[in-house]
Amino acid sequence: MVTNITNLGRSGLSDWLIQRVSAIILAVYAVFMVLYLLFHPGLDYATWSGLFSQTWMRIFSLLAFISIAAHAWVGLWTVSTDYLKQTGVRFAFQAVVMLAIFVFLVWGVQVLWGA
Amino acid sequence: MSTLQISIYRYNPETDSAPYMQEFELDTQGRDIMVLNALEMIKQQDSSMAYRRSCREGVCGSDGMNMNGKNGLACITPLSEVVKDNKLVLRPLPGLPVIRDLVVDMGVFYKQYESIQPYLQNDTNPPATERLQSPEDRDKLDGLYECILCACCSTACPSFWWNPDKFVGPAGLLQAYRFLADSRDTATRERLARLEDPFSLFRCRGIMNCVAVCPKGLNPTRAIGKIREMLLSNAT
Repeated sequence: MVTNITNLGRSGLSDWLIQRVSAIILAVYAVFMVLYLLFHPGLDYATWSGLFSQTWMRIFSLLAFISIAAHAWVGLWTVSTDYLKQTGVRFAFQAVVMLAIFVFLVWGVQVLWGA
Repeated sequence: MSTLQISIYRYNPETDSAPYMQEFELDTQGRDIMVLNALEMIKQQDSSMAYRRSCREGVCGSDGMNMNGKNGLACITPLSEVVKDNKLVLRPLPGLPVIRDLVVDMGVFYKQYESIQPYLQNDTNPPATERLQSPEDRDKLDGLYECILCACCSTACPSFWWNPDKFVGPAGLLQAYRFLADSRDTATRERLARLEDPFSLFRCRGIMNCVAVCPKGLNPTRAIGKIREMLLSNAT
């Protein structure tokens, strides 16, 4: 048993599950986006804005944003504990990553509901 | 027939300031001998060369080493299987401290093995004779109990290289599942609880280096997957 306090779910099992579930959500979102762009070759602002003005698309997008935030935190936390052996450097890296994820998430919410 | 070129990792901390590779030439007289036989012939040329060996038939697990980049047991690996372009490079198992030449300090490997409590635990009163198991339950231990703890798998695993003090490693986890799968063991809950942190088991990224090198043909990745399933079904 190894104790950790900086990983996302405090447990390897929950981190593992979060990583798998978020990966599925991101895959679905990515496939949807690619298909949408393929089926709208002459995409203009009105169509794009119209897509994101619908509640279901905002919920779907927010779900994808939260998924990428969780996915990035679990993944980069793992990378940092593999390769950054000095505690100060590792903690600084984790703090920067966490701050960036938080900023991008809040910004994403503002973009979705602000327009 | 040309002679075989063998390059061997040498390091004696008492006399060498740094490890170096020493070149040897060996006339195998065209026979496809085992790497261990070749090492023994080299030992005749230079008796200062150190390696571990015992049973010479793949049962004791002493002579695990890195042969042309792949871990395996020297005693059951024929030259024809590893030699490329008439060259053979022998190095100690990667990731463990070198004591001398091809001899590594297995301390951290054994410590991880110890951490999974590799012995049967049963809190019920023992019967007069022995704890019986159905043939079906006994079958579940096949592919698990055969491990000889040679450390070829764990020392081929990058997750073990980076965190040997925290990640149990494929060998230890295979044995962890050997006791989780045993119908006679009653400590399942405690065993699982010790493995659910982000390092002990979940540092496995499933790259299957362990499966690729296991000289006994075992599958630690599959065992790790089974433990994950047990953890998941307990916790959801």
